[in-house]
Amino acid sequence: MSATTQAGHVHAVHADEHHHELNFLQKYIFSTDHKIIGIQYGVMALLFLFFGFCLMMVMRWSIAYPDHPIPIVGGLLQTVLGKDVVKDGIMGPDLYNSFGAMHGTIMVFLAIVPLAFAAFGNYVVPLQIGAPDMAFPRVNMASFQSFFLGGVVMFASFFIPGGAAKSGWTSYSPLATLAERGYLFNGQTFWIIGMVLLITSSLLGAVNFIATIIQLRAPGMTWMRMPFFCWAQFVTAFLLLLAFPPLEAAGVMQLMDNLMGTSFFLPSGLMVGGATAVPISGGGSPLLWQHLFWFLGHPEVYVLILPGMGVVSEIIANNTRKPIWGYKSLVYSVLAIGFISFIVWAHHMYLTGMGTKISTFFQTTTMIISIPSVIILTCLFISLWGGSIRFNTQMLFALAFLPMFGIGGLTGLPLGFNFSDLHLHDTYYVIAHFHYVVAPGTIFALFAGIYHWYPKITGRFMSESLGKIHFWLSLLFMNVVFQPMFQQGMAGMIRRMYNGGATYAATGTEIGLSPEIIGLNKWVSTGAWFLGLSQIPFIINFFWSIRNGKKIPNDNPWHATTLEWATPTPPPHGNFTSPIEIHRGPYEYSVPGHPTDFTMQTQPEKGTKH
Amino acid sequence: MEIPYTAKARPDTGLFNAKVGIWLFLASEVMLFGALFSAYILLRVGADPGTWPQGLLNVPIGTFNTTVLITSSVTVVLSWAALKMGNFRAYRKYQSVTILCALGFLGIKSFEYSDKWKHYEVWLNDGKRLTGHIEGNPYFWRTETLAKKKIESIKFTADPTHYAAPKPAHGDNAQAEAGHAEGKHEAMDIKTSDIKRLSAYMPSHSTYFAIYFTLTALHGLHVLGGALVIAYIWGPGAKLWRTDPERYTNRVEVSGLFWHFVDLVWIFLFPVLYLL
Repeated sequence: MSATTQAGHVHAVHADEHHHELNFLQKYIFSTDHKIIGIQYGVMALLFLFFGFCLMMVMRWSIAYPDHPIPIVGGLLQTVLGKDVVKDGIMGPDLYNSFGAMHGTIMVFLAIVPLAFAAFGNYVVPLQIGAPDMAFPRVNMASFQSFFLGGVVMFASFFIPGGAAKSGWTSYSPLATLAERGYLFNGQTFWIIGMVLLITSSLLGAVNFIATIIQLRAPGMTWMRMPFFCWAQFVTAFLLLLAFPPLEAAGVMQLMDNLMGTSFFLPSGLMVGGATAVPISGGGSPLLWQHLFWFLGHPEVYVLILPGMGVVSEIIANNTRKPIWGYKSLVYSVLAIGFISFIVWAHHMYLTGMGTKISTFFQTTTMIISIPSVIILTCLFISLWGGSIRFNTQMLFALAFLPMFGIGGLTGLPLGFNFSDLHLHDTYYVIAHFHYVVAPGTIFALFAGIYHWYPKITGRFMSESLGKIHFWLSLLFMNVVFQPMFQQGMAGMIRRMYNGGATYAATGTEIGLSPEIIGLNKWVSTGAWFLGLSQIPFIINFFWSIRNGKKIPNDNPWHATTLEWATPTPPPHGNFTSPIEIHRGPYEYSVPGHPTDFTMQTQPEKGTKH
Repeated sequence: MEIPYTAKARPDTGLFNAKVGIWLFLASEVMLFGALFSAYILLRVGADPGTWPQGLLNVPIGTFNTTVLITSSVTVVLSWAALKMGNFRAYRKYQSVTILCALGFLGIKSFEYSDKWKHYEVWLNDGKRLTGHIEGNPYFWRTETLAKKKIESIKFTADPTHYAAPKPAHGDNAQAEAGHAEGKHEAMDIKTSDIKRLSAYMPSHSTYFAIYFTLTALHGLHVLGGALVIAYIWGPGAKLWRTDPERYTNRVEVSGLFWHFVDLVWIFLFPVLYLL
């Protein structure tokens, strides 16, 4: 955004090509430059991340203090959403369901994926492989516009009659078809249309990323000289390319069910309210939706985590000042994850009665996929060994990623075995598990990435002291929020209850949830609100540093080896000022006999003239 | 720096950028149609015995449409080959046949569609099921339509046989279509009070028609999109031929690859929906 700092430079490069001035609209709104598009994605995704988090903070009130008026924002919600939705400032079950479904949808499809894949990928990947831009700049622009439109549709669905989708981010049929049958264009319809737009966006993005990495690597950038971050994005792009279309097909079929009265996912003899038969042809299969949804849903988990792993490995190599340990193992592991992630999906469906043989198959593949994940984490841990670690903010986040993702991953194993999943399925244990993977896992990695690449984008550092406050508070409250959920889940507390399990509270002689377990809700909710407050230093830091941060001394302030630091700051249109050639691997830190402790990939071997 | 390999192939991959892009795009298209075909298989396997409608589509028309698409596939290749040899006029001639074939295909398909939308099935309260036409050939009627329009009885011309009934010995697949040939069956009056359910052959009729219309409509959209792109390159986009003939030829090739994929999908759709 602060292109003005290097305006002179930008113009010099432009003059080499086709010289024409770009107005504001062309430069920032309808831009085809991968860096601007990356920033657009990043800003949108951060806004949605915040919005999704706000939904959750309101939901946490209802869980901890059910049927009490929401403080602070209750009145606001009542004015915006209407009195019949938020009666007396109290959150009812319907609104809770809406917020819950949209929290999941927004966090996955509008916050984490665009931030991890589209924003970081767009900005960093072409720079790291030495490309002047993405292979298809205009397709890239279309990808962002489609994403933007999808976001608008999702956001607008809160304000239509009946409110946003209520059937969970998984939108299981027949619930999703029957929940709002009264309205022709209900929240679920908006959800599907929004999803189709988002899928289109990620399809265009994925094609672009893969083509770019295959075709536009600079001379000398062989596959095994590519930074691990690019490998992670490469595999992620394949997952998006191949796993998303089945959800698009499923979305089209559900749209037909909702609008045209078909019965793709509606079985024969479907009754509503125990008495009225739904006027449909029947003959459909609710399981079909679940299969198609989770065929996307599980690779999607790796879409969420792989870019984060890529970011973390870049930062660990840079801040331990030594090569990443086991680069080849990392690469082969990430490829293995990519393949295996397509054959694990039905471990989300052990309770559907699909049969023990199928369960056993998916249980086996699920255990197999944990092997490459563990290899990656182990490589990153061993990389720390013997390093002279710089504990700057991005390194703290990257270091915290390792145990946090570790907890998330290991607690997933009992969910992968169908015998233990029978007990844990659909409880708070599941919520704790995947939030450990995504929140203190991926989101920490993404924070690390923001602190790491911010100087390249703006030419200024973010404040270290604010960054450290942000880190320690976030780490503390992330654990305050998610640790108790394991306990609640193991005690049998089910997800998606607006009153936080009060329905199943133990009364008199009846066995149920103990007061201690239900009491944890208040603890968790308070933690969540403090986690919200902990983000204030980050927000201040993010905006304040654009103009007031410490200026970077040169184009490579972290003394890194990869190509993005070989460009001017910020990189001009076309990225590199002269043709480049790559001579070495991505992580040549502390090479013995070398004057500096880092050797950039562009530096020729000794003795060769260049 | 300029983006490399926009027209020339990259030496180690042997491909120019757009060709990599279109193959990746087609891979995702395979997954899209693959999911719908899987849905077809699952719904058909899961259907109660004897309830899956068969032989309701007109095989001769479908066969003719298949040849139309195959013809267009041939002309797409011929036009690209002509362009490769620098013969712009021959390219335009062949490609105009492609576009005409695409329009012809869509025209025939829409005729098939509208024919279905006024063909009805009636479930009577006594368990009988009839297929045929309602007098006046109205479109899209359902059970609710009768109540909404306050219709007391309908004049119904039934087909000679119902699709769920045992097939005649010579196994004529298109019997249902042939139903309204020769007046060996007369219009009958059916009281609304005797009707349990009434539905035109539209998506809500059954999962068979649901998947039939979804698959063919999605395919139809692909035909339309492909034809628009080819027409754009043929018409307003042809300016590029004068300034950068190599890139222009690449565009024709890439759009041709997409066109072949669209044809290929139909090659699968035709036997699955019409013959099986």
